[in-house]
Amino acid sequence: MRRLAAGGAIDRTRPLGFIWEGRKLSGFAGDTIASALLANGIGVIGRSFKYHRPRGVYGAWTEEPNAIVDVALGARHDPNARASLVPLEAGMVVGGVNAWPNVRRDALGLIDLFHRFIPAGFYYKTFKSPSWGAFETRIRAMAGLGVMRPEPDRLLYDTRHVETDVLVVGGGAAGVAAARAAASAGLGVMLADDRAAWGGVLQAEGGVIDGMEAAAWAAAAVGEMRGATLLGRTTVFGAYDHNAFGLLEQRRDAAGGWAEERVWLVRARQVVLAAGAIERPLVFPGNDRPGIMSAAAVLQYVRHYAVLPGREVVIATNNDTAYATAAALVAAGASVTVADARPEAPGRDGLRVRAGCVPVGTGGRHGVKWVDLALRDALSNRERVRCDLLAISGGWSPSVHLHSQAGGTLRWDDAAAAFLPGVAREGWHLAGAVTGPVGLGAALGQGHAAGVAAAAALGRVVHVAPPETPARAVEAPIGAMWFVDVADRRQWIDFQNDVTLGDVALAARENYASVEHLKRYTTLGMANDQGKTSNINGIAALAAMTGRAIGEVGTTTFRPPYVPVSLGALAGMRHGRLFAPIREVPAAADHLANGAVMREYGGWRRPAAYLRIGETVAAAIAREAASVRQGVGLFDGSSLGKIEVAGPDAAAFLNVMFYNEVANLKVGRLRYCLMLRETGVVFDDGVVARLAAERYLLSPSSSHTEGVLAMLRAWQQTEFPAMRVVFHDVTAAWATFAVSGPRAGVLVGRLSSDIDIGDGALPHMAVAEGVIEGLPGRIARVSFTGERGYEISVPARHGAAMWRHLLGLGEDVTLYGIEALSVLRAEKGFILIGTDTDGMTLPADLGITAPLRNKAVDFVGKRSLLTPDALRADRRQFVGVLPEDPGFVPAVGSHAMVDGRSVGWVTTSCHSPALGRSIGLGMIEGGRGRIGETMEIFHLGKTSRAVIGEACHFDRAGERLHG
Amino acid sequence: MLRLPCPYCGERDEPEFRFAGEPAVRPGSDVGDAVWAAYLYMRSNEKGPHREVWSHAGGCGQFFLLERDTVSHAVLRALRPGEAS
Ligand SMILES: [Zn+2]
Repeated sequence: MRRLAAGGAIDRTRPLGFIWEGRKLSGFAGDTIASALLANGIGVIGRSFKYHRPRGVYGAWTEEPNAIVDVALGARHDPNARASLVPLEAGMVVGGVNAWPNVRRDALGLIDLFHRFIPAGFYYKTFKSPSWGAFETRIRAMAGLGVMRPEPDRLLYDTRHVETDVLVVGGGAAGVAAARAAASAGLGVMLADDRAAWGGVLQAEGGVIDGMEAAAWAAAAVGEMRGATLLGRTTVFGAYDHNAFGLLEQRRDAAGGWAEERVWLVRARQVVLAAGAIERPLVFPGNDRPGIMSAAAVLQYVRHYAVLPGREVVIATNNDTAYATAAALVAAGASVTVADARPEAPGRDGLRVRAGCVPVGTGGRHGVKWVDLALRDALSNRERVRCDLLAISGGWSPSVHLHSQAGGTLRWDDAAAAFLPGVAREGWHLAGAVTGPVGLGAALGQGHAAGVAAAAALGRVVHVAPPETPARAVEAPIGAMWFVDVADRRQWIDFQNDVTLGDVALAARENYASVEHLKRYTTLGMANDQGKTSNINGIAALAAMTGRAIGEVGTTTFRPPYVPVSLGALAGMRHGRLFAPIREVPAAADHLANGAVMREYGGWRRPAAYLRIGETVAAAIAREAASVRQGVGLFDGSSLGKIEVAGPDAAAFLNVMFYNEVANLKVGRLRYCLMLRETGVVFDDGVVARLAAERYLLSPSSSHTEGVLAMLRAWQQTEFPAMRVVFHDVTAAWATFAVSGPRAGVLVGRLSSDIDIGDGALPHMAVAEGVIEGLPGRIARVSFTGERGYEISVPARHGAAMWRHLLGLGEDVTLYGIEALSVLRAEKGFILIGTDTDGMTLPADLGITAPLRNKAVDFVGKRSLLTPDALRADRRQFVGVLPEDPGFVPAVGSHAMVDGRSVGWVTTSCHSPALGRSIGLGMIEGGRGRIGETMEIFHLGKTSRAVIGEACHFDRAGERLHG
Repeated sequence: MLRLPCPYCGERDEPEFRFAGEPAVRPGSDVGDAVWAAYLYMRSNEKGPHREVWSHAGGCGQFFLLERDTVSHAVLRALRPGEAS
């Protein structure tokens, strides 16, 4: 065991059993999976992506590139969890990924022996002949890390939308100082930190603030803030336009059966970025073995988790921060040797410090066993030093991610050996280690100043004094070292994606000199750690290889998210039935009772067909369609759009909006009309009713109602603001039922109503308002089937009762659904917008040309109907299609072929009960001129023959409307 | 996610709004094909200060003119239809 006897923030009274690769292990509450594995002496916990090299824990938090594990607990499963980020829970089943049979003995580990043959760009060069597709299946099987489970994710997620005066990103010394100051000014403060406890690195580094132990000060300061929103375990993962932010809150502890992850979408007036910095690895040969860890991470494991990852330790560093790790290790009983790359390394009591010394090689198959050290100016003169832990520090990279995402600039600073934030966005204040190397005193001072500046920007004054900390010795400057200049170029830069110094050198040699090209070519920084440890080292190596300054090379673009965010969390509640709520018709329950198969059509759940016992859907459709032509059918048309248009200028306005003339429509009459876009393309069709001189009722397609309303509003407001006209969507206010068939009049005649439905008073295409069974309502003579038809509308809340009433009127009524209606309208050649038409269909293509010839006023889209393209003779035209084989129903989308060339396609097809054969509709070049001709129909390699005919297949004279 | 000022409702989040293109003056129907095609399809797509029509579709339903910098995303001003520009 490597657990220290005392110390740390773990709860030793709460041991937690868990499974690692089939073995029972134990950790404590407060552990992460990574700290528990280290405490149990587990060295190898993963394999690298490309070479399958053994990998151990490197980091202690979001920077971790290696420790990717599969974690399962109850309904939870994460195939690519990072062990350093997952709090340990009892019963967790944890396993390695990308390895078989296990991470210690991975069969594909042999790949590493062939590394010379698989450098960067290997795929691009090798798998191109005959095609990538010939290799893809096998390569995909070898690639990738964890494996998803096929079951749906049963976790709950939630989303919150909030505004705040000040968002403080980071709950370390600087962030807490800023939040504390802003809160004292009476501002609404939101403080977010991805750890469970406040204080950030103070947890491990310690110190004294305002006379208190530093972490205790942070907790107390946060506890005293009034009215602040405190978000622990919350990562600010994205900065978006106008100070919008995405936050991911892990709520495992608070969940209690409710959302485990919650995304906060925050709009902040002022922003304090105190995101800290991430330690970089040193780059040297063999630097990727298990047991080689970030020095800062080792400090956290020793102090925070009471784990001693090694007893015989070598620390390799080029800066002062690793000495805190050295001190902690010595205090914990380890023996420590420090190799400091700087010739003037500071001497320290109780430490063996080798100045000017760097690691040049390592050994140990499943964990580091030795490291070769050499003087930087005499690299061939090596000394082998035994060790079971090699802690490395290559300096610090400020976490400028959010600053850059928001559009803040960066500048390279040679003294700090880092990209530092340059100009920040408006309303942003940066504090702490994100601004560069700072001590605790400077971090607190910057944090307080940021809080003061944010408050001042919002007109407030801060009422607390800046926090105080005892002055410390000034740190010596970093001595930049980007790699070791030896022949061995297997010096890892990106541990997870296996990108070495040699790969960067190859990319530079092949002229991938842009950092963005380097990234794509080598996959540097593209793993799920997103280059947190590797990017700067990669940029520096590229600069050296191409003879440029690091600032000249620049960084890749920082993009959200800062940490991986699950798709479940981003979706929140918007999945399943809540993704796009389906609208229900008022009589929905009755349809189900009547045997309806319900399907979604244009956002509405509607009856597709009503099945009798033992009947198939196809049989039901045929029966329903035939019955409507023989007797009387009843159809629920409640979802059909209904937009009321009223005002003194309603007639004039609609006359501009519609292709057809509507101003001369008489009160009480209906007209079938097209609405065009300004491009002339048919946007929608529907029946326009004039209910009064200044009041119209439009019936757009069910799925087009919102679009039609938007178009009316746009034209009224932007082109005709002087016109006095208002619009009102009343779709949901009315239930509408269509009665259709030769006996429709008999059924409707049995309704108790003051509306005269005689053919004299209510001829085809007429409408009347009145009282129906005691309800205010309307009856319209209109037909979507070609048969005598009536549409009865009553208030929606009485819709179900009216449906039942119509069924009980003593007639033998056939209920018919959308599918039968589609057959009936296909028999009649009635177009369905978006099915028979597309984004290029003009009214003349549908054979509707009279308005263009006769209408006096300019209307939307008119000019577009007069262009040379609109007047081309070979435009696709709407026609009927009659297969030679009357039993063959061609697939929708089949090509219409003439002389071996596609001249259009089938848009609708079905079996017609009325004609006892298959029929179709189509859009065919110069189609009306080809009526009577035979063509070929081509679909999926099969060819058949059909005759081009009139779109209207049945009752061409329209006599049945009056029958 | 932009923060846009509706001239009627005040500042609201972008998802409430619908972009309605660049403002274009509708020519009469007696113009030539080239002028009509330019009105339909040609957009300036400026880099920098830019005029756009937006509608507060998820709010008051009103259309308005927005002046916005397409590089910095700074909102310069919002005008009701007919307001002095
Ligand atoms: Zn508004």
